Amino acid sequence: MADKIRDVILESGIPVKPVYGPEDLGGIDSAGDIGKPGEFPFTRGIHPFMYRQRPFTMRQYAGFGMPHETNQRFKFLIENGQNALNVAFDLPTQMGLDSSDPLAEGEVGRVGMAVDTLADMEVAFAGIPIDQISVSLTINAVAAPIMAMYFVAAEKQGVPLNQVRGTAQNDILKEYIGRGAWIFPVEPAVRLIGDTIEFCARNAPKYYPVSVCGYHIRESGANPMQEIAYAYSIAREYIRRGLGRGLNVDEFAGQISFNFDIYGNFFEQISKFRAARRLWARIIKDEFGAKNPSTMMMKMIAGGGGGGLTIEQPENNIVRGAYYALISALSGTQTMALCSYDEAYTIPTEKAALISLRTMQILIEEMGIGDTVDPLGGSYYVESLTSEFERRMADEIKRVDEEWGGIVEAVSAGILQGEVARQAYQFEKGVQDGSIPKVGVNRFRMEEEKRDVALHPYDSKQADESIRRTAEVIAARDAGTVDSALQKVRDAASSGQNTMPALIEAVRAYATIGEITKTLKEVFGEYAEQVRL
Amino acid sequence: MTNKPIRVLIAKPGLDGHDRGARLVTLALRDAGFEVIYPGLHQTVAKIVESALQEDVDVIGLSILSGAHLPIAEKLMNELRKAGMDDKIVIVGGNIPEQDIPTLTTFGVAGVFPSSSRFEEIAAFIQNNVADKVS
Repeated sequence: MADKIRDVILESGIPVKPVYGPEDLGGIDSAGDIGKPGEFPFTRGIHPFMYRQRPFTMRQYAGFGMPHETNQRFKFLIENGQNALNVAFDLPTQMGLDSSDPLAEGEVGRVGMAVDTLADMEVAFAGIPIDQISVSLTINAVAAPIMAMYFVAAEKQGVPLNQVRGTAQNDILKEYIGRGAWIFPVEPAVRLIGDTIEFCARNAPKYYPVSVCGYHIRESGANPMQEIAYAYSIAREYIRRGLGRGLNVDEFAGQISFNFDIYGNFFEQISKFRAARRLWARIIKDEFGAKNPSTMMMKMIAGGGGGGLTIEQPENNIVRGAYYALISALSGTQTMALCSYDEAYTIPTEKAALISLRTMQILIEEMGIGDTVDPLGGSYYVESLTSEFERRMADEIKRVDEEWGGIVEAVSAGILQGEVARQAYQFEKGVQDGSIPKVGVNRFRMEEEKRDVALHPYDSKQADESIRRTAEVIAARDAGTVDSALQKVRDAASSGQNTMPALIEAVRAYATIGEITKTLKEVFGEYAEQVRL
Repeated sequence: MTNKPIRVLIAKPGLDGHDRGARLVTLALRDAGFEVIYPGLHQTVAKIVESALQEDVDVIGLSILSGAHLPIAEKLMNELRKAGMDDKIVIVGGNIPEQDIPTLTTFGVAGVFPSSSRFEEIAAFIQNNVADKVS
């Protein structure tokens, strides 16, 4: 008797047949739906020659301790061939607290670098040519003042505002869904994003003010289809805010990029990204009436996600990282990053970070991955799955609008968070009962496993150093200038004017992130989390 | 012995916002028949002690992924002792390196469940430890 053919249903709920053929391409228009790379709807990629012309950027997330330590890690990565940076800030900085704040105790410099003032930013980028290295700032609730610090630090290096390049994560709506580094209530928090979008469109047109993160929504438990759908619901909201400032969609929407996640089924991820490019192009063109094709290009960092890595048999994560990198390249990403094999234990050691970087370099240098664009284009399976993904993503976006009253309402009421958590729970039960296979966890498990992972050291004394440094900065600055700058921040925040000019003035006067955040809290208040489980 | 259901407070102390684990354990322990309160992110130690008292919980489960588990757990155990609440069973979950488990135990933490621990293991631990206290 022949073995039974297994049923396969992807995490996104899509059933998969054992074989695909020409009949599965019915309804797909090869010119209108698939098209050519570099042309609408960009299914095959946003550039005509992709990696043949310009390899993907490699941008590992890095940052820890004091700014000078992070500066050394940045230089190490650049010396080893990384061509962009992604800055990790510690939790106090992300939450708008100075190192000296009692709530920062035990957290200073732990999961990223500690930044209290512009002086820290200057140290972090000392000797790094930020006109050539594109820098991404992983900062959200306090993105506006941290961007202000970065702009002033760039100016001090001789890079004027209208030439400054880089990206801020600056996606607060996803923080309420996953990652949790929120401070202000939803409405003023989203308004600050509007401020940054407007300010950059008018003053820093090469800067990407927002990177919308499906990544963390996926890491919180959303399936790959929902990852894109919820990210697009969020991005549409930010675009509406930009339009509300009197900007034309072609003036700013092309500077909104995306940060997506890779783990799970191989072809599911690749088809997800191809569908996502097509759907975004259509949304920007049809819903927002963009005229410029470059506005319609979905630009992304697609990174190997921590959610796929295991604490068990950690070296297996190196292999997973290599597959994730391959998926990322086959998906036509602009930028790639990989979680390192030790991230279930620690922030990456230098060794682990280097293995991640080398993984991406091996792929582009040795494997011929960049020889031809979208090599899976035209595959019966991949094209069929791409179209199915696009349909389901569009339906889910509609569901957010029609059933939940839009993304702001869904997030404010905790509905989306509850949905994602319940799904994460079903997934985890599947891993625990073995119905979702995970090597080293529920397949080929080794019970008395010796785990030999070096931990990144943490020095709790560095908080004292940060506090001392900032005290020196405070002693040297002009108190009157700081007070009047903070007053301007308060006035702008309460009057509804764009806060960015006042924030730039405040950071230039060496106001601390804690002082600025406190000023904004006085006007905006604080978010009260709605837990629905 | 009482048939009162076991009450558990799942708490996310400090600044860490990664709550997938806290939410999973909340749902799993509810399915296991416990009454579970999860008040959300960014709880101070003082707030956790206050909630534990008000909600009259048997167990406090701390979920920490930032690496700050040692200072936070030590502070919580001290505050519980000061408040005369050392009868609460405290367990810790999250990104906890093996080498830190003995230290957590010396602080008075009853059980440590690093990432990837099984739900049934956590539920059984709570069941057994609370039962030991009442009997």
